[in-house]
Amino acid sequence: MQRREFIGGASAALALSRTAIAQTAAKIVVVGGGFAGATAARFLRRANPSLDVTLVEPNASFVACPFSNEVLVGLRDLDAQRFGYDAVRADGVAVATQAATAIDASLRRVTLADGTVLPYDRLVLAPGIDIAWNALPGYDEAASQRMPHAWKAGEQTLLLRRQLEAMKDGGLVVISAPANPFRCPPGPYERASLIAWYLKTKKPRSKLIVLDAKDQFSKQRLFTAAWKDLYPGLLEWVPLSQGGKVNSVDPAANTLVTDFATHKADVANVIPPQRAGRIAEIAGVSDRTGWCPVDPVTFESRLQPNIHVIGDAAIMGAMPKSAFAANAQAKICAAAIATLLRGATPAEAKPINTCYSLVAPDYGISIAGVYRVVGGQLTDVEGAGGISPADAPPQTRALEATYAEAWFRTITGEVFL
Amino acid sequence: MRAFLAALALSVAAQVAHAADMPAGASSCSGCHAESAQAQSPVPPLAGRDPAKLVAAMRAFRSGERPATVMDRIAKGYSDEETAAIAAWFGAQARR
Ligand SMILES: Cc1cc2nc3c(=O)[nH]c(=O)nc-3n(C[C@H](O)[C@H](O)[C@H](O)COP(=O)(O)OP(=O)(O)OC[C@H]3O[C@@H](n4cnc5c(N)ncnc54)[C@H](O)[C@@H]3O)c2cc1C
Ligand code: HEC
Repeated sequence: MQRREFIGGASAALALSRTAIAQTAAKIVVVGGGFAGATAARFLRRANPSLDVTLVEPNASFVACPFSNEVLVGLRDLDAQRFGYDAVRADGVAVATQAATAIDASLRRVTLADGTVLPYDRLVLAPGIDIAWNALPGYDEAASQRMPHAWKAGEQTLLLRRQLEAMKDGGLVVISAPANPFRCPPGPYERASLIAWYLKTKKPRSKLIVLDAKDQFSKQRLFTAAWKDLYPGLLEWVPLSQGGKVNSVDPAANTLVTDFATHKADVANVIPPQRAGRIAEIAGVSDRTGWCPVDPVTFESRLQPNIHVIGDAAIMGAMPKSAFAANAQAKICAAAIATLLRGATPAEAKPINTCYSLVAPDYGISIAGVYRVVGGQLTDVEGAGGISPADAPPQTRALEATYAEAWFRTITGEVFL
Repeated sequence: MRAFLAALALSVAAQVAHAADMPAGASSCSGCHAESAQAQSPVPPLAGRDPAKLVAAMRAFRSGERPATVMDRIAKGYSDEETAAIAAWFGAQARR
């Protein structure tokens, strides 16, 4: 009592300045330094330079998936996909080169692999996807060394590339494509196109079969028309309704089994079922589907307060899982967090998604969407978006291939450079 | 109509204070339109451009008057008012 009276004046002043600091120097932890997380960290600092932002990412450099299908077929080096975090640091973000291993949502803290504990006012989770091992019977981590997924860029990309290069002319390549939702809806079909281009150019007696767990896919009309044109007799797509769904794989025999047939491949690329990165489950923000439902305005989790989820891990309606969408969501989420921290209400955003695909090196097509909030979900704005025209001349396809590369330079510049 | 939109663009510009207050849609544009004029891209930057010209370009994309590979599909997602707010915001950004 006496002591309190003695320091009363000073401690009141101290308490006051503490609240002022707490308001301006709020602690934000971002887990995952990919397209979503690295963007969010930088834009948080930009929205409010006094925010204390830490980015948690186990890898010293990031390997980007977009354009990794070009790496597979020798059109590009993997080094062109690699980005560091120097520019993120230069923006005043503290980068912890560690994996997050535990999250306590009630105490609001993140534990890293080295035991460091980071308290937060707001947490942004951007862990991307994990492969759902064994969801496709026979496909576990060991199987991916024989039948690469190459759905996380890096060693897997190089492994599949080596297998394609080592295959004899006249060989059979089989791609297994998963059911929705998964990372990059047009990705398997861009990959099929570029592998077909590679085979046609280098190993013309070979064949490519796409076994699909779906009857419909992104930009289907454009892909199928281009395949008929460019790769007749070389590329065969087998939809779900014709027995395309792969029920199991056997890595020892390199076989993929459907209801009707056992396909023995020379090169097998299994694009397996996926779910949100494991840390999302640990944090309690993923649901039975394996993905994380979020509010479409703030990207705050529907399951845990003060945790926001962006990028591939999140679900909020019609926006697909793409690097474009991850970057767009991150910018909106960063602005929303800055707004929330100053006690205001974030406005609804109207984000865009665009995914370019290459059907051949000089043949680009795209799908675009504009989204708005309807009933707590992001929904397509009617009359906007859609795919490239079906009847476009070759010059337009070439122009879109140029824009595709420009997009990659621009987006990786905004996120990492 | 053009004059009205330009006036609207200006009045919206005056209200923009916080970076966090970007109008709906504006934050997605930099996915393709690089913020830095140094970026190697055939897609032109938008920062520091005359809002009235940006609005006019968006209207022409939307109507199909101006040919486009992708902007026709994107411009159709925003009303005149939303487009004006986006244009005003970019107009107020410094060129980098
Ligand atoms: C072949 C292929 C082609 C593609 N092409 C395109 C394209 O043309 N256009 C397009 O828009 N998209 C494309 N995509 C999709 C795109 O790659 C993803 O949508 C995008 O990477 C998602 O971003 P993200 O930040 O959510 O996840 P990621 O970019 O995967 O980043 C997640 C990060 O989180 C880190 N992380 C995970 N767990 C933890 C943890 N516990 N602690 C700390 N860090 C953690 C990971 O190390 C990783 O760096 C393609 C994908 C593939 C596979
Ligand atoms: C997917 C990539 C992409 C996105 C996203 C995008 N643009 Fe574009 N923009 C382009 C391309 C490519 C062109 C050239 C015209 C074309 O082919 O569509 C262009 C041209 C323009 C032009 C004409 C510029 C000039 O100087 O002539 C304006 C204005 C414009 N865009 C505004 C916007 C606005 C505003 C947004 C966000 C709401 C946006 N763009 C989002 C790719 C994009």
